Amino acid sequence: MRVGLFVPCYIDQMYPDVAVATLELLEGAGLKVEFPAAQTCCGQPMANTGCNDAARPLAARFLDLFDPFDYIVCPSGSCTSMVRNHFSDLVGNDPRLASIQSRTFEFCEFLHDVHPIDFSGHRFPFRVGLHQSCHGLRELRLGGDSEQMIERPDKVRSLLAQVQGLSFVELQRVDECCGFGGTFAVNERAVSVAMGEDRVQDHLEAGAEVMVASDMSCLMHLWGLISRQGSPLAVMHVAQVLAGRSPSVSVKNSIKPKAGNAL
Amino acid sequence: MATVSEHPEKAAAYIADRSRSRWHDGALWFVRSKRDRMAHSLPEWERLRSTASQIKAHTIANLPEILQQFEANAKARGVHVHWAADAQEHNEIVLEIVRKQNATRVVKSKSMLTEECHLNPHLEANGIEVIDTDLGERIVQMRGERPSHIVLPAIHIKKEEVGETFAKYLGTEPGASDPQYLTEAARQHLRSKFLEAEVGITGVNFAIAETGGFVVCTNEGNADLGASLPRVHIACMGIEKLIPRLVDLSVFVRLLARSATGQPITTYTSHFHGPRPGCELHIVLVDNGRSRIRDSDEFRSALGCIRCGACMNTCPVFRRSGGHSYDAVVPGPIGSVLSPAADTKQHRSLPYACSLCGSCTDVCPVKIPLHHQLLTWRQQIASQGLLPVSKTAAMRAGSMLFQHPRIYALAGALGRRALRWLPKSWIYNRANPWGLDRDLPEPPVESFRSWWQTNRQGTSVDEGMKSKGAKNGK
Amino acid sequence: MGSKARDSRQAILDRLRSREVTPVELPAIFGDDSISQVAIGFDDPPTQFAGTVEAVGGLCLQVGSMQEALNKLEQDEVYRDAARRCSLVGDEIPGNVNLQEIEDPHELSSLDFLIARAEFGVAENGAMWITDRDIRHRASLFITQHLALVVSRQSIISNMHQAYERIGQPETPFGVFIAGPSKTADIEQSLVLGAHGCRTLTVFLVDEPA
Repeated sequence: MRVGLFVPCYIDQMYPDVAVATLELLEGAGLKVEFPAAQTCCGQPMANTGCNDAARPLAARFLDLFDPFDYIVCPSGSCTSMVRNHFSDLVGNDPRLASIQSRTFEFCEFLHDVHPIDFSGHRFPFRVGLHQSCHGLRELRLGGDSEQMIERPDKVRSLLAQVQGLSFVELQRVDECCGFGGTFAVNERAVSVAMGEDRVQDHLEAGAEVMVASDMSCLMHLWGLISRQGSPLAVMHVAQVLAGRSPSVSVKNSIKPKAGNAL
Repeated sequence: MATVSEHPEKAAAYIADRSRSRWHDGALWFVRSKRDRMAHSLPEWERLRSTASQIKAHTIANLPEILQQFEANAKARGVHVHWAADAQEHNEIVLEIVRKQNATRVVKSKSMLTEECHLNPHLEANGIEVIDTDLGERIVQMRGERPSHIVLPAIHIKKEEVGETFAKYLGTEPGASDPQYLTEAARQHLRSKFLEAEVGITGVNFAIAETGGFVVCTNEGNADLGASLPRVHIACMGIEKLIPRLVDLSVFVRLLARSATGQPITTYTSHFHGPRPGCELHIVLVDNGRSRIRDSDEFRSALGCIRCGACMNTCPVFRRSGGHSYDAVVPGPIGSVLSPAADTKQHRSLPYACSLCGSCTDVCPVKIPLHHQLLTWRQQIASQGLLPVSKTAAMRAGSMLFQHPRIYALAGALGRRALRWLPKSWIYNRANPWGLDRDLPEPPVESFRSWWQTNRQGTSVDEGMKSKGAKNGK
Repeated sequence: MGSKARDSRQAILDRLRSREVTPVELPAIFGDDSISQVAIGFDDPPTQFAGTVEAVGGLCLQVGSMQEALNKLEQDEVYRDAARRCSLVGDEIPGNVNLQEIEDPHELSSLDFLIARAEFGVAENGAMWITDRDIRHRASLFITQHLALVVSRQSIISNMHQAYERIGQPETPFGVFIAGPSKTADIEQSLVLGAHGCRTLTVFLVDEPA
């Protein structure tokens, strides 16, 4: 079984350890993982701005690069949703599309639905605030949201819940948007920042030590605010937590070997 | 360009008063939370939504037949039915009915359609007094504002400000701000207006094709008083307000108030099937661009909107930026879908006033895919050339970069290096809107692709200016 | 209106007909696999109804007879203080305003108290259905300062699907569901009872075995 690792461009450039952690977990589960090195960006920033002409060649490249794989796994709900839900606007006529879409999985979804890994031997003795990223939640349905009255397995939480010592704090607004939204973060700066500050405040008031999410883009925005405020809150991608990284390491972005559990 | 209103500037101005923005957010979140509790009390909630969505889709598909059925049945019940192609014709029809009565005093309950048509200024310009009788609408009318929310028109106004307005116009105690006291003052004031009025205008929540009747929902009882005291009742409605059968009301009435305010039903759900003896009942059916929206496969379902306002209460942007930041008759997610249909250039910033979080789509009682429609609008705005050149050029440049992995890798390496080495003042300034309130991520020395080459391919890659041995960060 | 209005009618219909839209089936409300089959029902609708009436701001009094209702009313300050009272429920509850003798509903502006009968009540939302079949002036329902409604315990149904099935086709020009007293929250989301309509709503849930 060939697994193609789909690494979002900003993770490749700014958060390489998230991709390394994802890779370690998949390889640790005995999977043969490849990183098609010609991959860059799935085209989401362009598509979300409405510039489909600019996004189309990127979607087409994606299909060329990832078609050979049995599974395509991505540590981002947003980029996975781009492929699965929005590529039809760009390359809808491509006969490979439907099959590629059915083979593309968000990382937690893949571990939950396709290739389970037992994390009960792991330890992470911290109070975690789980930030549910909107595209994971409402586009990919990785869990049930507070708006709909539909019970769904919470795929991100159920992975973290296996980890020893990890406790979840209770947020006032369990799945409110952080305000990143891609170009929205810059285009609607005032609203974006206000939303992000409120999100951070909710986690702080709940007593979280580490904010964990399945989308690093939300965390890039939220960490930017946390760092500016000087708040005592670490941020980690869920793959980093599951791969045994420690919060003190994860706030730095460079690739680090496994570390102890001390903050 | 001067006529184009831009959401980001108006939103920033509202949010500049952070405590007011937080208060507004909290007030609407409270309503959203009540909605959640109500939805959770019905196990069949999602089934109700899909039934409602299907009824509306059926109605809109069969609109010409359903409109004619409604007209015939309404006429058979002694109702006068009028058709208006646009806002101006609507206003002229209403004015003519009022003039026939030699009337000069009109009371009006909440109707987004008459807001859309700007009926009040038209009647006032013709010497007719129009009093909005919904408390929230009366408050904004006195203040010379427009509603900031379709269900909660005065949600942006604090009680102290209502107190100031009432002290000025109704003679309440200066400084008084108790909602009970202020509501009582409005009750007394509006009672006299109800008793004086010669014509009552209402909106329509649902019109029923098979009976020729219609339903108006209020909590205050203002539509009901306004329709049962004056001799003439004019009901104004968009052509999309129809439903085929009376029993369809069971679905919509169950959804409407629960979605809107978290009540199990509005206090008054009035069913009008003909005039009172010796009185007149008029219905004005208005198109005003609706048939154009119906033409579009992408946006047609937006005509199913029952104006509950749930998408506004849940929208994290609306809650923080306030309804007036949209500069549109209908604000929030549904307004950002409908307004560009009326004038794309004027409202081109609204589809971007959205983080695409999808909450609106999931609360919508008739399952309008709002955030996907907003994305579709962005595509249309871009393809119509209505985006600023700076934005389209950046997107084209990004696309070119991403089509060339080696240049992309080099640019990434240079960018990370620049972030590490450049003085802070070069990075954090007005030219970097991200960095005004947020730190940029700490740049790693190495990208993942570089790490992969070294650690999995066994070859080191020349990442432009990459220095060796930097694997452990700075 | 003149010919222009007729033109607009035709123009709107023509415009709509010019665009063929993929048909969508109209879902059934009743019958197998319909929404009414899965809608919430209550083991004891009257008890649920009484609780919901209170939740929406009304006062629900369960009584065995109209005489008992009158006794309760006479202990009520609002009723005792009401100078102009209208009763539409028969002689058991006396009144001093007769709707039949009033030509113009504006004369009801000083009405303090109205008691009327509702055809049935709905447990899920505390609403009661009233038509103008026996009410000469529908304005009386909204203009009165205080409203009391009498509804039979045996008439209480669970949900709105059952309600509209029961209504069938409307036979009179006006019908209304009333749930609780008039209310507003337009000033800072503070709930205030008595906006334009009745300030208080008293519901007499009367046991009337067939």
